[in-house]
Amino acid sequence: MTMSSAPDLNIDHVAKLARLALTAEEKARFSQQLGDVLHHIEQLGKVDVTGVEPTAHAFPITNVWADDIARPGLTVETALRNAPAQRDNMIVVPKVVE
Amino acid sequence: MNYEAVIGLEVHIQIKTHSKVFTRVAAGYGQPANTLTDPVVLALPGTLPVMNKAALDAIIKAGLLLGCEIAPVCKWDRKNYFYPDSPKNYQISQYDQPICLGGSVEIELPGPARNVMGEHKRIPLTRIHLEEDVGKLNHFATESLVDYNRAGTPLMEIVSDPAMHSADEAFAYLTSLRATMIYGGISDCDMEKGQLRCDANISIRPVGETKLGTKVELKNLNSISFVRDGIAHEIKRQIAVLERGGTLVQETRDYDGQTGASQSLRSKEMAHDYRYFPDPDLMPVKVDEAWQERLRAECPELPFPKQRRFAESYQLPYTLTSVLVWDRTLADFFESTVKLVGPAKAQAVGNWITNDLLRELGAAHLEIAASKVSPAHIAALIGLFDAGSVLTNAAKEIFIEMFATGDLPGAIADRRGLRAAPTDAGELEQWCRDAIAANAKAVAEFKAGKDSAINAFKGPVMKAAKGKADPKRVDAALRQLLATM
Amino acid sequence: MADELFFKPIAELGALLETKAVSSVELTRAVIARTKAVDGRVRAFNSYDEADAIAQAAASDVRRAAGQARGPLEGIPIGLKDVISVAGQPLTASSKMLANFVSPYDATVTAKLKGAGAVIWGRLNCDEFAMGSSTENSAFGPTVNPWDLTRVPGGSSGGSSAALAAGEAIATLGSDTGGSIRQPAALCGVVGLKPTYGLVSRYGLIAFASSLDQIGPFARTVEDAAIMLEAIAGHDPLDSTSFKADVPDYRAEAKRHQGPWRLGIPKEYFGAGLDPEVNAAVERAIAFYRAQGCEIKEVSLPHTQYCLDTYYIIATAEASSNLARYDGIRYGHRSKEAKDAVDIYFKSRAEGFGPEVKRRIILGTYVLSSGYYDAFYLRAQKVRTLIRQDFLNAYREVDALLTPTSPVPAFKLGEKSDPLALYLCDIYTIGVNLAGLPALSVPCGFTAGGLPIGLQLIGQPFAEANLLAMARVYEQAHDWRLKHPVLP
Repeated sequence: MTMSSAPDLNIDHVAKLARLALTAEEKARFSQQLGDVLHHIEQLGKVDVTGVEPTAHAFPITNVWADDIARPGLTVETALRNAPAQRDNMIVVPKVVE
Repeated sequence: MNYEAVIGLEVHIQIKTHSKVFTRVAAGYGQPANTLTDPVVLALPGTLPVMNKAALDAIIKAGLLLGCEIAPVCKWDRKNYFYPDSPKNYQISQYDQPICLGGSVEIELPGPARNVMGEHKRIPLTRIHLEEDVGKLNHFATESLVDYNRAGTPLMEIVSDPAMHSADEAFAYLTSLRATMIYGGISDCDMEKGQLRCDANISIRPVGETKLGTKVELKNLNSISFVRDGIAHEIKRQIAVLERGGTLVQETRDYDGQTGASQSLRSKEMAHDYRYFPDPDLMPVKVDEAWQERLRAECPELPFPKQRRFAESYQLPYTLTSVLVWDRTLADFFESTVKLVGPAKAQAVGNWITNDLLRELGAAHLEIAASKVSPAHIAALIGLFDAGSVLTNAAKEIFIEMFATGDLPGAIADRRGLRAAPTDAGELEQWCRDAIAANAKAVAEFKAGKDSAINAFKGPVMKAAKGKADPKRVDAALRQLLATM
Repeated sequence: MADELFFKPIAELGALLETKAVSSVELTRAVIARTKAVDGRVRAFNSYDEADAIAQAAASDVRRAAGQARGPLEGIPIGLKDVISVAGQPLTASSKMLANFVSPYDATVTAKLKGAGAVIWGRLNCDEFAMGSSTENSAFGPTVNPWDLTRVPGGSSGGSSAALAAGEAIATLGSDTGGSIRQPAALCGVVGLKPTYGLVSRYGLIAFASSLDQIGPFARTVEDAAIMLEAIAGHDPLDSTSFKADVPDYRAEAKRHQGPWRLGIPKEYFGAGLDPEVNAAVERAIAFYRAQGCEIKEVSLPHTQYCLDTYYIIATAEASSNLARYDGIRYGHRSKEAKDAVDIYFKSRAEGFGPEVKRRIILGTYVLSSGYYDAFYLRAQKVRTLIRQDFLNAYREVDALLTPTSPVPAFKLGEKSDPLALYLCDIYTIGVNLAGLPALSVPCGFTAGGLPIGLQLIGQPFAEANLLAMARVYEQAHDWRLKHPVLP
């Protein structure tokens, strides 16, 4: 798309991607509010960015890593302490259909 | 109509590291559920990833082994999708700037017979990138239980071009790729432990057509033979669909190695839109020439080049090289032994290793590293045999005992009385004279030019020697005496 | 005097603790008592653990008695925004999603504060997942401004600024993604510092927008801010974006530098929408610096008008991915209505997140979705380069920039119900985050109605010492810091 065309926000599709169940009222309200925001954002299309490198980090550095030395992790009890449902030291979810 | 299959493989290989790829809790297999986690693995609020240097070294090495171009700069991207085995609901991966580009895997197709080398070719690679593995779901009737031990294990994804045309080629590709990774110490590639996993993209087209047909992705090919069987099955299935006038649909199918059948996975509820974007929590990686050189120096000779060298340097037949080179430890064992006995004896070394040592290891379910027989043992045994101190059957017996006890062959020969008889030339000559004197008919035949007549004297000589005479020396002594008559 | 302990700056309390005129337990009890007395009205805290705080204070007193005091923060009660992890304490991000979550680990800043002897005190309210400019987006109800209980304290770190202004902590930590420290500091009349991106570790900070987030201090005085910054700054191997920069003695540096400096006034920051009283206060501050011998120069940051859009694309895109982990599987709110695994995601997230968070997740998901990446995210990253370049160009001529922190003083609760109107509160602060620069807000007066006004100083990368020195010169010549809100 180009920035000059009105952004077409398909709220159902985007809410599905984001795994958010929205009520009809929320969909209508968000569509309107985000439409305003997107309309505002359209002015970014006016900026000439020819030849401009994107900034992913304000102060880019490279090769940040750690040596491969294993350290102790969490005990099972601590790891599962906040779990909504657990059994046999594992997290329980309703059956996942693959 | 004749069809041609076009196959591309996506292979995931776990890299063998002590800790996970973006945090330092231990990586491993077979531990009790959820004992290999930390706040980062569980994606607890506030946690951040930190790269594992060893995982980077390993993937660069893999790239060098496969002749890839190593990108001077690569970065990390987030692949966003929701699934209970993915703690962050995004996977840190590499999207448009993978660390390795191009390269190829050398394969050998089945030859016309087992003992004849098959055709070699190179399957080009598209790319190799580094990402993180996910957790494991255990499915039950109404619930799934999640274990995050595997989550965050470093994982390489090796993508081939769609350049294979048969199940045999795919099988050969995986075999060679697996051996390469094991050789490089990059992964153990144990498919039962999920250290190597394979998905295949398969399509067919009429021979001569250049456009690709409708692609089917085949998943869950979790052993190398399943890969061959599954692909063969899928090619047949696709041909059958077209031949009865049907059309193929782009889909993902699940192959069941037990039943040998595949079924379509229900089309995902939502089309994938991974919303890749650069991970702001990680910095790019720059790989300079010095880093590459350091890793290149650690790269071992790969099986196929080794096989060619063994054939040329040691004059070994294909039947031996094809057995020796696929296990790096075995090949090293062979060369260590040859160093002790000299290249002229290489074939004997090869025979001892491929016949006797592998048979005994197989029977005892041992790896070569656990063998009590060392190159020095085999060298010593060959020495005894060449000196005539032990004979073939005795040597075989000695080998078995050597394998069981780790004792040196000389000691076993002495202990078990397996040495050839003391080779008193006078005594041997006397036995030969006696045998010749007792069989005038055979002497006449021999003199008349029937060379095999000499065998008639050998039985009595061996009997007199109680079986402990060296047949070669007996033969030589007999000929010498016969020549003077 | 003891009942006023809670209004004293760290430096003064340090002397009292040092001479054993006061113990840390006494100080902590005074802060607890104050909190109990006023927080029913201010509502700055999501929770606090009184026994734990007293135990920490007692341990501090033992250390001090043994001659093992660890520095200026020894025994000082510090409140943390409820997006910063403390082992064994709740970590909610003011969201229903994490209402019952207890964190098993310390953020790096928490560990550093503990290492410096501080008493970690309470979980401070904020906009849900730090998304907002008023602290009205908290799932647990809004915090109010101690200077006027009908008004907002700013946000998203409104609990941190309000608690400090109301005497419920001696100093606090907040996080700043687009102004979330500086704006509430301005609206509550305290000092707030957003460090250079990478100076303070983000490990243990609930991520909103990873490439913009920084943790920083709220303090009563510039000197206190310097003490706090020194305690929390420094390279952290657990944060790959953390910088290997030296951490100077900010407190000494702030006193050592006396100027004069070359100060830039970005003309784009003084346009329509700027409240006249705020403008007047900032102009007086500029006049002060000029009188101090500073060179005052008008500068231009030509891409300022694009900051808001660039920010909302980058911040929401990153947030949509950062907040994907809140799914009700491993921790957090799980919907009781969910019938299958996929349902858990949709319903738990629908029930667990508030409207502003949902709006931003939707926007962020949209700008990253197939076909839109180049037009939105990639373009925003390029404009970000231009915005950053504007600042670096300005720094060829000046040492720092002077601007209002917020275009308006504290506004009424519920006054800005339109998201876009609220987003405009951040127009002077978000450019700093996009450029990764350090900036602080220092009180520079009050409106006629008695509402605090903040002056923003924006510095060069990693030049926090300079920035603190500039603010200190102004602060020492005025007595705004001596005024405290009188709670009815």
